[in-house]
Amino acid sequence: MEAVRKWVQVIMGFLMNSSWSFPFTRTIYQGPLKVLCAPGLNCYSCPAATTYCPLGSLQQLLGGLRFALENGQYYFGFSVLGSIGVLGGLFGRMICGWACPFGFLQELLHKIPSRKFGVPRILSQGKFVFLLVFVIILPLALVDASGLGSPWFCKFICPAGTLEAGLPLLWLQPNLRNTIGLLFFNKFAILLLFLGWAVFASRPFCRTVCPLGAFYALFSRVRLLKLRLDESRCTNCKACHHVCPMGVKFNESPDDPECITCLACMNKACKFDAISLEIGGIPLAVPDRGLSPVSKP
Amino acid sequence: MSRTTRDLRKKSPIRKAPFVVITAFLLLWLIGVATGEPGRVLEQAVQVCLSCIGIG
Repeated sequence: MEAVRKWVQVIMGFLMNSSWSFPFTRTIYQGPLKVLCAPGLNCYSCPAATTYCPLGSLQQLLGGLRFALENGQYYFGFSVLGSIGVLGGLFGRMICGWACPFGFLQELLHKIPSRKFGVPRILSQGKFVFLLVFVIILPLALVDASGLGSPWFCKFICPAGTLEAGLPLLWLQPNLRNTIGLLFFNKFAILLLFLGWAVFASRPFCRTVCPLGAFYALFSRVRLLKLRLDESRCTNCKACHHVCPMGVKFNESPDDPECITCLACMNKACKFDAISLEIGGIPLAVPDRGLSPVSKP
Repeated sequence: MSRTTRDLRKKSPIRKAPFVVITAFLLLWLIGVATGEPGRVLEQAVQVCLSCIGIG
């Protein structure tokens, strides 16, 4: 199953970035497919991107809300919120584990042999602050003289934008190199921080900063597809704690907002078939090894 | 289908909450589409966002 997940991650990465004419056009894809929402964090200024980034678009729409309203346009970001809301209701943070290119990159970096560390649980609350402050409040509240706000998260933090768009465009368009300054170097430092951190800790950006992950985490209890714990089979052996890349203690918190449904706990850890995948309450598959429910110790 | 899976399916009630949430966001998306938002999103997405890449 892990191999299947890896293939899905690769295919989703290619589907979101399938325009490969940029070495000749030297700019980004500008076709109609960009009306489609990328499920994961994927900068729409990436030269190969064929979808829009929900976070980038939401910030742009909120930043331009006053200006739009003054011109009789009602761009509240509903289509973007609706798109990621439907995805969240269907899959929740399963998208982080299966369809986010930046999450996939962090997983690959974490395979580099080194001493591994955890991420303090308290830091996982940070991403909700980034969602509320940098994606919603600041673009709405801080506007210039013409009533336009900035995409604060993209502008000051997003390492995916620096990696997927900033660096390739500096290579493709040499004239941009003269315009880089403190802002770019600040973002480049953030990129290096998270890429380096990903070698030593599993998915640090997803766990501490990603506002899209925070949004999908809001659906942890109500999403259609999720893992289920059969408490009658769980022996509290804690095997699921040790394999989770997000630091989830699954048997203690089956609806944990951090769970990316990578299925490691179900397939690699649980020997008692206590974990199954369900869709809307109906089990999709239950490993059947002829075990009867076991009593708790 | 294995017996365990069949038994579990029999005793598993369908969760309604996901369908309510998905329908609500689908309606939100339709409202956004009705106001012409996708055109604005496309307009933005086909331009290089200098802020996004750390230049603007």
